[in-house]
Parts: sequence; C-alpha cells; structure tokens
Amino acid sequence: MTPLLRLTDVRKTFGGLVAVNALSFEIEAGAIVAMIGPNGAGKSTVFNLITGVYEPTSGAIDLDGRTICGLKTHAIAGLGIARTFQNIRLFAFMSALDNVMTGRHSRMRASLFDSLLHTPAQRGEEKRVRERARELLRFCGLEREADDYARNLSYGHQRRLEIARALASEPKLLLLDEPAAGMNPREKSDLIELIRRIRDSGVTVFLIEHDMHLVMNVSERITVLDHGEKIAEGLPEAVRNDERVIEAYLGRETPAG
Amino acid sequence: MKFGRERPFAVLPFLVLPLVPLLDRNNSHIDFLTNAGAFILLALGLNIVVGFAGLLDLGYAAFFAIGSYSYAMLASQQFGIHIPFWVMLFVASVIAAIFGILLGAPTLRLRGDYLAIVTLGFGEIVPQTFLNLTQYTNGPNGISPLDSPSLFGHSFGFSATPYYEVMLALIALAVLLATNLQSSRLGRAWMAIREDELAARHMGINTTTAKLAAFALGASFSGLAGVAYAAKLSLVSPDQFQFNVSVLVLSMLVLGGMGNIWGVIVGSFTLSFINGFLLPQSTNLAHSMHLNLDFTNYRFMLYGVILVAMMLFRPEGLIPSKQRRAEFREAKLDPALAAEEQGEYTLGPGPGAGTGG
Ligand SMILES: Nc1ncnc2c1ncn2[C@@H]1O[C@H](COP(=O)(O)OP(=O)(O)OP(=O)(O)O)[C@@H](O)[C@H]1O
Ligand SMILES: [Mg+2]
Repeated sequence: MTPLLRLTDVRKTFGGLVAVNALSFEIEAGAIVAMIGPNGAGKSTVFNLITGVYEPTSGAIDLDGRTICGLKTHAIAGLGIARTFQNIRLFAFMSALDNVMTGRHSRMRASLFDSLLHTPAQRGEEKRVRERARELLRFCGLEREADDYARNLSYGHQRRLEIARALASEPKLLLLDEPAAGMNPREKSDLIELIRRIRDSGVTVFLIEHDMHLVMNVSERITVLDHGEKIAEGLPEAVRNDERVIEAYLGRETPAG
Repeated sequence: MKFGRERPFAVLPFLVLPLVPLLDRNNSHIDFLTNAGAFILLALGLNIVVGFAGLLDLGYAAFFAIGSYSYAMLASQQFGIHIPFWVMLFVASVIAAIFGILLGAPTLRLRGDYLAIVTLGFGEIVPQTFLNLTQYTNGPNGISPLDSPSLFGHSFGFSATPYYEVMLALIALAVLLATNLQSSRLGRAWMAIREDELAARHMGINTTTAKLAAFALGASFSGLAGVAYAAKLSLVSPDQFQFNVSVLVLSMLVLGGMGNIWGVIVGSFTLSFINGFLLPQSTNLAHSMHLNLDFTNYRFMLYGVILVAMMLFRPEGLIPSKQRRAEFREAKLDPALAAEEQGEYTLGPGPGAGTGG
C-alpha cells in the first residue's frame, strides 16, 4: 500500500545553512505520528516544505503516491493537507466562525459570479458551510466563541481555533506545529483527547511537539530530527531510550569528563 | 440578492432619491449630485481594491480614464462608431476590468509601499498615453461631442436629470454587488489575504486570482462611472484624470471608513459636497459681497486639514467597518502589534513571506 505521505531524500538549504538534510520517512494513513528534535532542528521547515511554502533544494515529496513538489501552497491545501502554525496565524480581526469558514475555501465551489450575484447555489453553499463551521467549533470546544474575534480568544482557544480552521478543509493529513505550546496541563490533556478524536474521524495527524509527555502519550510513531537530519525513528518507547536521541537532547558527554 | 437585516434601510434611499429632481428644479444642483454620484461609484470600486482586498492603489483614476475614453472612442464621431450608451456601460466595464487585470498582474508580488508606487506610475502613464496618442484621442483637446444616450427614443439632451437617475441606478447596482461580494467566498478570501497572506494560501486561497479579481472588479466600477460621466459632459480630455483624482477618491475612503460600503458613500459625498457645492457657493457669496476671495483655490488645503484631523481623532473613518474599528482601537492599545505582525523572518528568495515556522 502506498503511504499517505512520503519524503524521499529531502534537502533544504537557506544560503549556506542546511536546514533539512537527506530526510526520508513515510506516514501511513490513519496514524498519529510525531516529529521531535531540539530547537532549530528543522522541524517547522519540514512542514513548510510539505505545504509548499518552500520547495526542497532536492528530493521528493509525494502525497498518495503523487508528487506535490513544486505545487503552490494553495494547490497543496486543495489536495488535502492542512496545518496549524507554531506562531499562531489566525485571521485576527475575523470572527472565530469566519476563520473556520475561510478554512473551507478549497472545498467551496462559488465562482466569481456566484459571489457577485448571490445565486441560490451560492446561498445554499454559504448556509451549509456556516453550519459545518459551527459543528467544527463545537467539535473543538469553541461553540461559545463563534462570534468573537480570533484575536480576543485565550491562547489555548486560539490554538484550538487553528485546528478547527484546518479541519474545515476536510484534510487527509493534518500538520500540527507545536499545538500544546503555551497551554496549561488541563488544556494539554483536552488537546490529547481532541487529537485522538480527529484521528478517529479519519484524519491522519502529524505533529511537532516539545512536550514529551504529550508526544509519548499520543503518538504511534516518532521521528527525531537533529541538525536537519533524522537520527531516530520508531515506536515511542524505542525512541525514548535511543542513545542518539538522549545525546541530542542532553548534549554529548565530554569524554574523560 | 440580499442585504440581510439592513435591507429596508439600504433600499430606502434608492426609493426616495430618484424623486429629488421633482422637488429641486435647479439643474445645477442635479448636475452637482450627478457628479457626486460618479465619485461615489469610483469610491465603491476603489473600496473593493483597497478596503476589501487591502491593495493600496494610488492610480485608480487610470480606470476612470479608460472607461471615459472607451465611451468617447466608441460612441462619437471620432471613428464614426456609435455603440449605444447602455451597451457601452457593459463594454466599458469589461474593458476597464481587463486593464485592471493587465495593470494588476505585474504588481502581484509587491506589497505596501512598492505596490503603491507602481500603481501611482500606472495612474500617470494612462492619461499620458491618451494625451500622446494624438491621432486617436486629439491629445490635449480631448474628444467632443459624444453621443447623447437615449431611452425609448428620447435623447437625454442637456438636462442633468436623466443622468442623475442613471447614476442612482448604477450606484444601487454597485452597492448591491459590493454587499454581495463582502459576504461571499471571495469576500472572505480578500479579508483573509489582508489579514495574513501566508495563512490565506494555506486555506487553499489562490491569492493571485483573488487579487486579480479585486483589481478587475474595482476597475469595472470605474468603467461604469467613466461612461456615465463622459456622456453627461459630452467630452473627455486627459486633464480630467490626473493624480489628484486618484488621491481624491482615496481620501473619500479614508474619510468615510475604508471597507464599509455606507461609510465610503458618506465620505465620498462629503468631499464632493465640499468640493462641488460648499466652496463654489462660498465663493459666490464672497463675490456678491464684493470680496475678492476664491475659496475653491483652498480645496486641497481643506482636504489636507480634514485628513490630518481624521488621522488624529478618528483614523478608522466616519463610519468604519467593525473590523477596521477593532483594528484601530486595538492597535492603539497595543503598539507592539504592528511590529509583531511583520512576521518572523524577513525573507530572501522563496515563495512565501514569513514562514510561521
Ligand atoms: N526562511 C528562513 N530563512 C533562513 N533560515 C531559516 C528560515 N527558516 C528556517 N531557517 C533556519 O533553519 C533552521 C531550522 O529552523 P526550523 O524553524 O525548521 O526549526 P525547528 O526545528 O522548527 O525549531 P523550533 O523547535 O525552535 O521551532 C534554523 O536554523 C532556522 O534559523
Ligand atoms: Mg519550529
């Protein structure tokens, strides 16, 4: 079976800086997988490569066995990859509901003329999308925030709203960049539960996270990145005990210390 | 077609205003209102580009020129072509929309200041072109007379009233279309682009086509305005479309409240009223008292004072949209916001601006 997402020997440089190097891995449909690694390891860059913000310097990225390299970000979104951002990037002065409705853009059909004339088809679609957006807000525990500006939500709610907005496009693959950052323990355990529910609804989840408790708890497989290279990969238990991983996180022990 | 809960209020003016010529039989008043109407159309069009999509366009008068010259060339003795006024409304708005796309396309990668400068350039080039293509446009003399529109065999003639009624109908159409756009898939896409272009792309929004749609639709409104304005004046000449027209229309948005359709109309009418009524009337009054004062000379100074005052006391405009009000209020509370919104990385090469990484 072809994996949902496959990276083959992906490399990305910024000038002289090698942000990602010789990176290969696969994600099976229906899984929750995580990518961890120290600050600056290149994790977010991997997300930016997958979503077409950057094109790989070399290597290949396939979705469902078809290359997405060189496609524009909006086209990749249309193919079923949605994401959240490490530094929250909501539409600050749009309501939570409008944020989620905007997330549905790629699944909507209204043409320029539908938008101009508010044809019956357009009105029907708007209504369905609004209802769907409300459902998603409820799914993410934000039904009471629907009419608030995204900017006025609490930090934890903003992170959830980003997830609701991403889900609106009915993605095959959801990329979460440090979804628990800035959350309190209570919010984190809610998040774990939300991530599981998302997977159970048929969406494959790929997350970057620094919170080891969350990562070990929720993910089925983990890829570890350091200095842009994959240094370990496997089940949470194995990764946790991997020497290179411990080294990368704790620093190399100086010999004859 | 929908105005939501605003509907009764939105329709009311368009029921009452057509009756004005019955009450006020002073042709110069109706003439003034008609000109003001043309500028309301322009302001509604520019509002799509600047207010909705957030693309600062300093050369919008170019499309007004293109609309006007389309009528002048296709409905006059100039080439012996006489396309009816009503058809020209459609044709000119399509021509203007095409130029909106042609002039918009090279600016797509630009933002903020750079976009403003390039559009300013286009605003200069277009009237210059009409000035210099003497064999087609008669250069500085312009084209005149133009065909008078007619309806059911009755020519509009020299009264301002029929133009006034046409202008009202066009404004009603423009308001309806702009309102529709605002609460649609495309309107949300524009708003998203204005807020965060990179995030917008991640929603599947093709920012290129969305921006071109804004340029095209914005330009098409001024195509309408150009045809009606030129037909009423029965004359076009390059000096009608100078930079100050672009600035005037932009000032109307700033004064009224960018992004809000009713705010834009109020702002537009206010400046037209000062420009086309208050100042000339004051001058007349002064002359009748044997004072040698020409208030119309102080027009731009007055605009300047109004705009500076607005920026100081009500930067969001007289009747702002909900968003703009919040943006300005919160920006005031939180000066770090503006800096923070500049994003993470100042990018070198690469398709995105800021990475969210
Ligand atoms: N647009 C860019 N231009 C230049 N350098 C960049 C750019 N984006 C990322 N980098 C660099 O690439 C490296 C990897 O960055 P990245 O953001 O992917 O790390 P990360 O693993 O997400 O780190 P963190 O855990 O801190 O989020 C860093 O050294 C970063 O400075
Ligand atoms: Mg990161």
